[in-house]
Amino acid sequence: MNEATHIEHRDYTGAKLGMWLFLFTEIMLFGGMFLLYSIYRTTYTTDFHEAAKEMSVTIGAINTVILLTSSLTMALSISALQRAEKRRSLLFQAVTILLGLAFLVNKYFEWTGHIRHGYYPNSPELLAMSHGKVLYFGLYYVMTGIHGIHVLIGLGVICFTFILTVRGTSSSTDYIKLENTGLFWHLVDVIWIYLFPLFYLIT
Amino acid sequence: MEEKQEHYIRTKTFILVWAALIVLTAMTITAARMRMGEWSMLANLLIASTKASLVLWFFMHLKYEKKIFKMLFLIPIATLTIMIGFTFFDIWYR
Amino acid sequence: MEASFYHTPGKYPGIFGWLFTTDHKRIGLLYLISTLSFFFVGVCLGLTMRLELIRSGMHFFSAQTYNAIFTLHGVIMIFLFIIPGIPSSLGNFIMPLQIGARDVAFPKINILSWWLFIVGGAIAVTSLFTGGGPPDTGWTFYVPYSIRTGTNISLAVFGVFLIGLSSTLTGMNFLTTIHRLRAPGMKWNRMSLFTWAIYATSWVQLLATPVIAITLVLIIVERFFGVGFFDPAKGGDPILFEHLFWIYSHPAVYIMILPAMGVVTDIIPVFARKNIFGYTAIAASSLTIAFVGYLVWGHHMFTSGMSDTARIIFSFLTFLVAVPSGIKVFNWIASLYKGSITMGAPLLYTMGFIFLFSIGGLTGLVQGALATNLHVHGTYFIVAHFHYVMFGGAAMGFFAGLHYWFPKMFGRMYEEHLAKLAWVFLFVGFNMLYFSMFVLGWKGMPRRYYDYLPEFNAPNLVSTIGSWILAMGLFIMFYNLIHSLFAGEKAGDNPWGGATLEWQTSSPPPTENFEKIPEVTKGPYTYR
Repeated sequence: MNEATHIEHRDYTGAKLGMWLFLFTEIMLFGGMFLLYSIYRTTYTTDFHEAAKEMSVTIGAINTVILLTSSLTMALSISALQRAEKRRSLLFQAVTILLGLAFLVNKYFEWTGHIRHGYYPNSPELLAMSHGKVLYFGLYYVMTGIHGIHVLIGLGVICFTFILTVRGTSSSTDYIKLENTGLFWHLVDVIWIYLFPLFYLIT
Repeated sequence: MEEKQEHYIRTKTFILVWAALIVLTAMTITAARMRMGEWSMLANLLIASTKASLVLWFFMHLKYEKKIFKMLFLIPIATLTIMIGFTFFDIWYR
Repeated sequence: MEASFYHTPGKYPGIFGWLFTTDHKRIGLLYLISTLSFFFVGVCLGLTMRLELIRSGMHFFSAQTYNAIFTLHGVIMIFLFIIPGIPSSLGNFIMPLQIGARDVAFPKINILSWWLFIVGGAIAVTSLFTGGGPPDTGWTFYVPYSIRTGTNISLAVFGVFLIGLSSTLTGMNFLTTIHRLRAPGMKWNRMSLFTWAIYATSWVQLLATPVIAITLVLIIVERFFGVGFFDPAKGGDPILFEHLFWIYSHPAVYIMILPAMGVVTDIIPVFARKNIFGYTAIAASSLTIAFVGYLVWGHHMFTSGMSDTARIIFSFLTFLVAVPSGIKVFNWIASLYKGSITMGAPLLYTMGFIFLFSIGGLTGLVQGALATNLHVHGTYFIVAHFHYVMFGGAAMGFFAGLHYWFPKMFGRMYEEHLAKLAWVFLFVGFNMLYFSMFVLGWKGMPRRYYDYLPEFNAPNLVSTIGSWILAMGLFIMFYNLIHSLFAGEKAGDNPWGGATLEWQTSSPPPTENFEKIPEVTKGPYTYR
């Protein structure tokens, strides 16, 4: 028997289990950064408190609402596909992508704003500030940066599932790829749910 | 034989969860404005964890998954808790 | 009879049928060849170091070169040999057979894992020849030196990152496989203890590796952007780097040893013709080691400046983690007791494992006690300890598994006398090479030094000569195995009379593993 016709039956629960296990690794990856945050926050409480004043709660809140809504649209896209409502699923996937892009655009403006004020790693302005503030901004860029990379990757994968849905490869009888993509996207949302208060709401 | 997900969540449920998340977001912003000192960190984390739980339970379908998924999820949580907790044994008592 | 998996054409022609295979058996062999190739390089580096250290005084290398050599030796041996070692080669090949599956849960991710391993290894090797030259920080990449050194850290560390991703994906794959693809009747308590060991190891690979991933990323970020997380001048704490590093690297040693313990647990019942003593205790101790292994990382940092509270807690937990390992040793001995023993090569290597691992484990307790740790930290005592557990333990277990499963993987038998001769050289050479290091360390010789005081001459000479005898043993062993690949006697389906599932199919197995998926009705070690 040729290797190409090897394994045909699919394991829906197994595929989902594999994705959950992968999400555990993402939790541990961000966990390392949350460890650094919690240690430095405890050591430099006042500095963190002061530095957070530079953050715009408005932009942060808007981004939070954007991501929460994108989680909704993602979940709805899966429901739609499960009910064989292909066009509705495509619509919700597209909206999710747009919301994700909006998040990244906001982030871009946020970052450039801070950079223009001189708040970036190793800048002369930052180095003149107290230690806690230097670390706060370091953590801010690294954590929201790596989170942003995950948003970007998520958007790429949703574009991929969009194509699969168009082609009918993902359908009401086989939607595990979309579902697993949804799981990834929701985790990205969950991470932001923690990043938002930890960076924006500690004044 | 194709396995299927047995339970489909209704759109209404999703929208209610979303609404709850928005409300909780508003609450956490309001809580941050109140002067609670050390308690504000705890309050924010509690609200964040509630939001995260809603996403996990409904959006990520964990409520309706087999028990093994729920049990396994505790493992990275426990690991992270140990990781961060034990490091604090060092930092706090230096 | 079905053709073996060697002969079934792959999806792609010729060598691409191997390089892009999705068959777990072929992937296991790809890993076997690549990890053993890296092992060979690592051995050469080790022999080179011992040559420099044959006598006090500088002979062949500058201090800088020596630093690069021990860094590379560590990086290769740890990330490219012993961590992937047993899980990726023997685990890949044998575990699905043992649970009665046709393949792993995600065959494409399996081959992706191998490619990540290869690309990561290639990038790490490239770092030797580009930029500021080979890393000289030691495999532990401690800050601040790893941030400030001009050598090619970022590239090397990125290579390790990819290798780590390979390991994480393998862990995820194996966990899903064991949860979902067991044959009918293969209950959890009927699985072989090798499979249990792979299961426990996979949890560690899954959860611990991402922590070193982020740590390595932070090194690169620090080198390029100077964020300051570990820089006291900016308020950072270098000890936090050590925390993050060892939060992975301690569990990593359990990735190394658990599979080897699983290998010997499978071998003993077969060669003693007796059921394993304490199946549940051994399975539970594997999981316990995996769990408690997460709680002890601070014992690498007793002299770094942690609080006394932390040091006491970590020391206590370190003593605790020795208990499940001790339980295993007792169960192995009890399994052999009153058995009908055939001292074949797999069992001989297994006995070597038990003896050498025990020495390594006991000396770990010397290090785990705070007072004695102060004396031995940073000395050759530590070097001896970890070589006893990693080489005398994990690698010896690997060699035992190679011999045990050789007929299954290759359909031929190795030559028994050569295997035993190799063992004698290995055992004698190993103890000369590394026991001397216990003596040296206790007397105060520091590790990672390119030179030493003349008072340490004698044990160093013994050690270097031991390295040559050990190398001879490795040569004989691999000569035997490689020669037997082509000229060994053909082996039957079950030359050892094993009761685990892999022996119920042909040697080598067909591509689909079993003509018909077996229905399992009894445990893995029932002999009488």
